[in-house]
Parts: sequence; C-alpha cells; structure tokens
Amino acid sequence: MTAELPILSLTIWLPILGGMLVLGSGDKAPNVTKWLALAIAVATFLVSLPLYTGFQAGTAEMQFVERAAWIPAFDVNYHLGVDGISMPLILLTTFVTVLVIVAGWEVIEYKPAQYMAAFLFMEGAMVGVFSALDAILFYVFWEAMLIPMFLIIGIWGGPNRVYATIKFFLYTFLGSVFMLVALIYMYTQSGTFEILGFHELRLGMREQVLIFLAFLLAFAVKVPMWPVHTWLPDAHVEAPTGGSVVLAAIMLKIGGYGFLRLSLPITPDASNYLDLMIITMSLIAVVYIGFVALVQQDMKKLIAYSSISHMGFVTLGFFIAFIVMSRPEAQGGAALGIEGGMVQMVSHGFISAAMFLCVGVLYDRVHSRQIADYGGVVNTMPWFAAFMVFFAMANAGLPGTSGFVGEFMVILASFRADFWFAFLAATTLIIGAAYTLWMVKRVVFGEVTGGKVAELSDINGREAVVLGALAVAVLALGLWPQPLIEVMGASVDNLLRHIAVSKL
Amino acid sequence: MHMDLASLAPALPEIVLLAAACAILVLDLFLTEQRRHLTYVLSLVALVAAVAATIWVGGGPREVVFHGNYVRDPMSDALKISVFLVTLLGFVYSRGYLVARRLFKGEFYVLGLFAALGMSVIASAASFLTAYLGLELLALSLYALVAFDRNATAGSEAAMKYFVLGALASGLLLYGMSMVYGATGALSFATVGQRLAVQPADQTVLVFGLVFIVIGIAFKFGAVPFHMWVPDVYHGAPAPVTLLVGSAPKIAAFALAFRLLSDGLGPLHPHWQGMLVLLAVASLALGNVVAIAQTNIKRMLAYSTISHVGFIFLGLLAGTPDGMAAAMFYAILYALMAAGAFGVIVLLSREGVEAERIDDLKGLNQRSPWYAGMMLLLMFSMAGVPPTAGFFAKLFVLDAVVDVDMVWLAVFGVFFSVIGAFYYLRVIKVMYFDAPLDEAPLRAPADAMWVLSVNGLTMLALGLFPAGLLSICVAAVS
Repeated sequence: MTAELPILSLTIWLPILGGMLVLGSGDKAPNVTKWLALAIAVATFLVSLPLYTGFQAGTAEMQFVERAAWIPAFDVNYHLGVDGISMPLILLTTFVTVLVIVAGWEVIEYKPAQYMAAFLFMEGAMVGVFSALDAILFYVFWEAMLIPMFLIIGIWGGPNRVYATIKFFLYTFLGSVFMLVALIYMYTQSGTFEILGFHELRLGMREQVLIFLAFLLAFAVKVPMWPVHTWLPDAHVEAPTGGSVVLAAIMLKIGGYGFLRLSLPITPDASNYLDLMIITMSLIAVVYIGFVALVQQDMKKLIAYSSISHMGFVTLGFFIAFIVMSRPEAQGGAALGIEGGMVQMVSHGFISAAMFLCVGVLYDRVHSRQIADYGGVVNTMPWFAAFMVFFAMANAGLPGTSGFVGEFMVILASFRADFWFAFLAATTLIIGAAYTLWMVKRVVFGEVTGGKVAELSDINGREAVVLGALAVAVLALGLWPQPLIEVMGASVDNLLRHIAVSKL
Repeated sequence: MHMDLASLAPALPEIVLLAAACAILVLDLFLTEQRRHLTYVLSLVALVAAVAATIWVGGGPREVVFHGNYVRDPMSDALKISVFLVTLLGFVYSRGYLVARRLFKGEFYVLGLFAALGMSVIASAASFLTAYLGLELLALSLYALVAFDRNATAGSEAAMKYFVLGALASGLLLYGMSMVYGATGALSFATVGQRLAVQPADQTVLVFGLVFIVIGIAFKFGAVPFHMWVPDVYHGAPAPVTLLVGSAPKIAAFALAFRLLSDGLGPLHPHWQGMLVLLAVASLALGNVVAIAQTNIKRMLAYSTISHVGFIFLGLLAGTPDGMAAAMFYAILYALMAAGAFGVIVLLSREGVEAERIDDLKGLNQRSPWYAGMMLLLMFSMAGVPPTAGFFAKLFVLDAVVDVDMVWLAVFGVFFSVIGAFYYLRVIKVMYFDAPLDEAPLRAPADAMWVLSVNGLTMLALGLFPAGLLSICVAAVS
C-alpha cells in the first residue's frame, strides 16, 4: 500500500535537501533558520513513521524496497529496504535528530545555520546507512556522515576540539577503508555489490577470516569496542551537546548494525571461529571500562566510558549467539542474545542521549563538566534533578526502564552459554550502578557548593520537552518492550537460520 | 605524396587551436593595455571552439590518419575535451591574479593554448613521433610559463630545474623509443603492437627500451623516484601557472602512458606492470607521508599530486580495460580537483600577497563561507571521502587492482590514503576551526567565482552520479 511513496528515499533526502535550504537561509535571521530546521526534522520524523505503522512484522523480507541503477558498469544500484533490524534504528535516528535540533536552540550562537544543516545532513546519511542494501551505497553513506560530525566537533566543540575531531575522523576512516577493500574483493568474487547477494556468497575459511577482520576493524572502531575505543572519550568530551547525543545515540549503533547486516551473515564461519575473541573484548569493555568510568572526574567522560561499557553488551549479545547455537539444548537462547543486543542498542540510544543532554543542561549554565564543580543541584533545579536521577537509574539498569530489558536478555542468553560469561556480564549491574549513582550523588545531592550552583535556574520548557520525551521513551520501552521485539523477531530468526548454515 | 583535405578532418580540434593561438599571438601585439581583455576573451573562445570541433568531428569509430601517425577515437575525444575545459578553468581563475600583478599579458594565454595543443596532440598520438612531438610542445610551453614572472627569482629557478630535468626525461624517453624502434622496426603503435604480439623480438633490447620509456612517463607524471622537480616547480611558479602545470598535464600524462604502454607496448604488460607497481608503491608512500610535513600549501599539493599519481598508476598497472578506464577517470577527476584547489589559492592571493602558507586559509569559513564550502568539497574529494567524486575515482582503481589479484596493493593504497587524509583535513581544519588572520571577505571576480562554484559542485555531482563520466571512460578504453 505504501509502495507508491518512496518513504526511505524521502527520509534520506528530505533532511539533506532541507539542510541545504537551511544552509542557504544563512545566519541573518537565526530564528527563521532554526524554525526551518525544526520543521524539516519534524517532517522527516513524521515521514519515517509509516515505516513502523506499515511494517509487516511476520516476514524477514526486505520491505519498502526501492531500486534503481546507479553505476551500471559496476552493477551498483541505489537499492534501499528495511527489515526488523534496521527499521527501529531509522526511527531512533529521526526521533533523536528532532531532539538535537531543539536542544541546540539557544545554545548555539556561532553560525547556527551551519550547525543545524550539519545535523540534518548527518540524519540523512545515517538513515541511508540503515536502509542501504547495496554495499557501495552503504559505504558512501557510512563515510558521508563523518564529514558533518567532523565539522560539528571541530567548529562547535570544546578547547581541545581539533585534536579530538581529527582523531575521530582518522580512527573511523582507517577502520572503514579496509572494509572497502573487503567489499571490493567480494564484488570481484560475486560480480555484484548487493549486500543480500554477499549473504549467499560462498567463501573459504581464510577469506572469511580476513573479511571478518576487515569488517571488525570498521565496526569495532565505530561501536567502539575495547581496545579501539580511545577516540570516543575525546570526541565526546569536546563535542557540543548535540554532537555527543548523535554520536552516542546513533553513530555507535551503526557499528552494531554493521555486525548484524554484514559480518554475521557474510562470514558466519569466521564469526563462529572468532566468537571467543569478540566475547572477550566485549567482557573487557563491560567490566574494565566500567571501572575506568568509576574514576572519571569529567561527567561527559564518565558517560562516554559508560557508553563503551554498555555497547559491550551489544557485541556480547550478538556473538554469544554462536556459543548458544552450538548447544542443542539451549534452543531460543541465540535469538535472545541478538534481540537483547538490539534492544540494548535502542535503549542505549535513548538513555545516553538523555544523559548527555542532562550534562549539556548543566554545562550551558555553569560551563563546567567537572563533577567537583557541582553539588546540591537538586536544591536549585528540582525538576532537572528528577530527570537526571531517573535517567541515571535507567543507565544503571533499573527494572522498569529500558536499560534493564536489553541487559537482562543478554545476561540470560549468556547463562545458556557459560556461567562465567554471565557472571562477568552481570557485574555491570553493580559497577554501572556504582559509577552512575555515585556521579549523581556528587552532582545532584548534598550541600550546595559554590556560588554558581546556588544561582542555577531550573530547566525551561524547551529542555523539559526534550528530556520528557526521552523519559517517556525510556519508560515505555522498559515497561513494554514487546512491540520492539515483535518487529525484529522474524528478521532475527531469519538471520539465525542463515548463520547456522556453514558457507564453507 | 597526395593528401586529401578531407582526411585532415579528424585533426580539426588541433587545427582550430593552432590557428587560434597564432592569430591571438599576432593580434595581441596590436592591443593596448586597456584592451588586453580581448586576448582573454578570444582565448576562451578558442578553447570553446576547440571543444566544439572535437565534438563535431568526434563520436564515430576509430580513425587513423596522417599515415598512421594520428588517431581519433573515443579516448582522444574524451581526453581532449577534458584538457580544453580544464585549461579554460585555469584561464578564468588566473585573470584577477594576473591583472593585479601586471602579468596580464598575451603570452600567458598563447603559451597556455600551445600547451593545450600539445596535450591534444598527445591524446591523438598513434606513433612514437607524434607522442614525442606533442610532449615537447607541452613541455616547452610549460617551461616558459613557469618563468613567466620575469622578476621572480623563485620562478626562474623553478623553470631552470624544470627545464633541465624535463629535457633529461625527454631524452630518456626518446632513447627508449629508439630502442623499441630498433627491436620492432616500426614507429606506429599499431604496428609495434602487432609485431610484438606475433614474433617475439629481442626481449633484452625491448625491455631495455621499455625501462627508459617508463622512466620518461614517470618523469612526466612526477612519480617517485622521478618526482624531484614537482615540489620545486609547483612552489616556484606563479600560482596560475602552478594551476596549469598541475591540472591538465596529468590528463596528458595519462594519455601518453595509455598510448605508449597499452596501444604500443601492450604485449609487454608483464614487464611494465612490475615497474609500475614499484613506482606506484613508492609514490603513494612518499607523497602522502612527506605532504604531512609541508606548511606551504603549494608544496603540500605537490606531494599530494605525487600520491595521486600513485593511484593513477594502480589503475594503469592492472592493464585491464577496467583498470585503464579507472585510471582515466582518476586522471580527469584529478585535473578538475587540482584546478579547483589551485584556483582557490589563486583567488586568495591578493595584490602583493601570495597565499602560499596553509595558514593563509585560516578562518575562511568566517570570511567567505561559500568558498570555504567549495574548498571543503575539493579537499574531501582529494582525500577520497564520499559523497565526493574522489571516492569513486579511488573505488574504481582499487577494484581494478583487486580484479587482477593484487589485494595487497589495494590494502597498501587505502592505508596510505588514510595517512593522506590527515593533511587534507588540516586544510579543512584551518578553514573551519581557526580564527581568521584577516577578517575581510574574499573578493574575487564574478567569472572566477562562478567557475569555482561549478568546479566545487562538480565534485559533489560526480560523486552522486559518477556513472556518466565512467561510461565515457569505459567506452573510450574498449
């Protein structure tokens, strides 16, 4: 019924063309520019909604497919489509972008048109990554989103922004170029750049391992996994609030998505062969990075490390599936792991966005991210304190919030694989609670320290709307995750059936 | 010998250009300083007419005239049109600079047109002699152009270096050609190719000659280790001349390599493949690493050229039609990128001030966001980041290399392109993240501004729709 309207193309190109419009409107009338940007972001969100309402949950087939020849000489097509894995992430993207535009409303004074346009360009590129079914199209969007992010951190970032943004760019670029070589290699083997065609491509073990490692480099940097995570704290600390939000809420998910769309189905045997390595890296991220987060003095850095730790659950869930699958008695556990990872991605998208926005609210008023500069914020900003405590609880995985669902599913799946994996993963419930709540205790509660905190004013309507929207999302997903799991169920089952078959 | 006038028709673009250049040379003598703009306009008209002539006589199947010395095929058509258009870009960018420095003389345009004529002859070369003729016409025009600013010592020094090394390279090339002639007894590429394919001539002499020919080509491209002249010439020459040297001649160098190596010495592919691998690897590594250390933007772009030449060689060395098409795509695109990047430098240079340091670009986004945006597109295109066209240039080349089972070379190439990304990012960093040294917005003539916009947006347009240019390249090669 929606076949006539190219919804995916609209969701990609509306923000990009709209971004050009915003860029062209210039900074002479900042208010017009901002309203225009908001209108485009909201329109994009509305346009993307039919992806959910018109989605057929029972099938793993690609839906809303669009296809046109792009570079016929290389059989590269403009081929879009979504399944249950990518659709929720697209909605997450369009939702978060609206919030980011609103969050930057008064804060950004230097060249707001370029700022807003950069976010809109990025939105289009990120939706493109999630919906591309052609490897070159995927890669083009994948790299294209680096450009606006590079500029966002570099232009509107903190004092050390140049270092952080160049590190961010080069790190990600280095990771992805090897993926490009792998994609080209598979093209020469299969004669097509179709991702679904790659899924069917038979590859030897040595080839699979090399391709897997090339993908791993790209996706591990993006997720980021220990030990290639070091760009993330720098980038987060220096980025403006909006940049941090998009980075944490969406860009990291693109790494996780890459595992599901490319690594697992294209190189199932190599994934199976190297699963212990990934699981180990994930557990190190969960436990060790959790401890690193504990000692941070900078709020943004703390949340950045907490993001790495939480993303460890995502990769753990994806790869634990291989161990679970090898045990016939643990039927259903594999799906639990992958679905848990997916839920964790969406949930982390909401929670990390909210946490960074909370820090942004404080930073806009005090211009400090140091925990030591705060104390007793609840006395001057009671509404804000309520939100922050709520999101902190969600970050710590409190049942009833979305943070609990994903982690719980992954831990359950891990139990079916190995007790000790589950044990280590479960320590996050303690460590995560420790670093998050300790930060909240020092920032929000206690005596009012210093004049700056005493002069704080509570959140205004704009901030309340942004945080409120996220709070609703966190709560809804926490209390009733079933719609999300249902949507992805068929696709995940299909993926599991696919990776259970050896390609050798 | 009878020569039918109609048989000259395929050479119409050259005839038009030659006639126009001579006419402008004479006409310019009678023009006063105030009416010099006529020379400029006529030069542009000449180039447009040459493009029109190319299109008019072009399009058909391959034609060989002048007793097997001159060929007109889809390849020559495409390359000529690119050469003429890129030269046209260069002329438009340069006008303001030349006027401001009292260099606005007819010779600049006449020499530029002769250089374009030389490139066009190379593109149509069907024998060693024609190729050499075109090459020398190009080189001599460029030597004179580099020394165009008589009062600049740096320019004279650069011209001297360029001339000495260029003459040496021409000598080596000629020597190599004589060896091949000795071994095969033919000068026309078609005959040489046939004889090599049929009877195994003396391999020692042939390979010996091939080495010299490859060295000559590498010199003209500026590939490591024959790159020494590149940074000095780019640095020493006036910015508009650097633009002319750094852009269209790369297309001509590709034409030279294609005509000599593929048309003529195609059967020796296994031999020249190995040589090009070495040149490509060395160029990619040295060009990208040394560019990082440069503070002068002209020198930085010179080393960046060297690294791009490495990529073009990756396409050439594959030897397949796909590889040749990829190299051609890359060369044309590189000429456009270089024209744009040097064009920005030319536009930034004001009266008495050469915008030579990377720092001169500081805060360009605050001064003139539109120019900064165009330069951003050009730099990302050079770095090979999608959605700009530079990505597809690299993609096609890498695909060609992987196709001939040289995955390691592709990995090597992308690794160094990441290193290369750093210095392009640095240019973007100074434009966007640093405060300007000079608040005044950039003032540029309207024609140059339009051309820069077209040039920059072409990077985006070709990045979104690369199929058109690619299919031209594929058709040209097959």
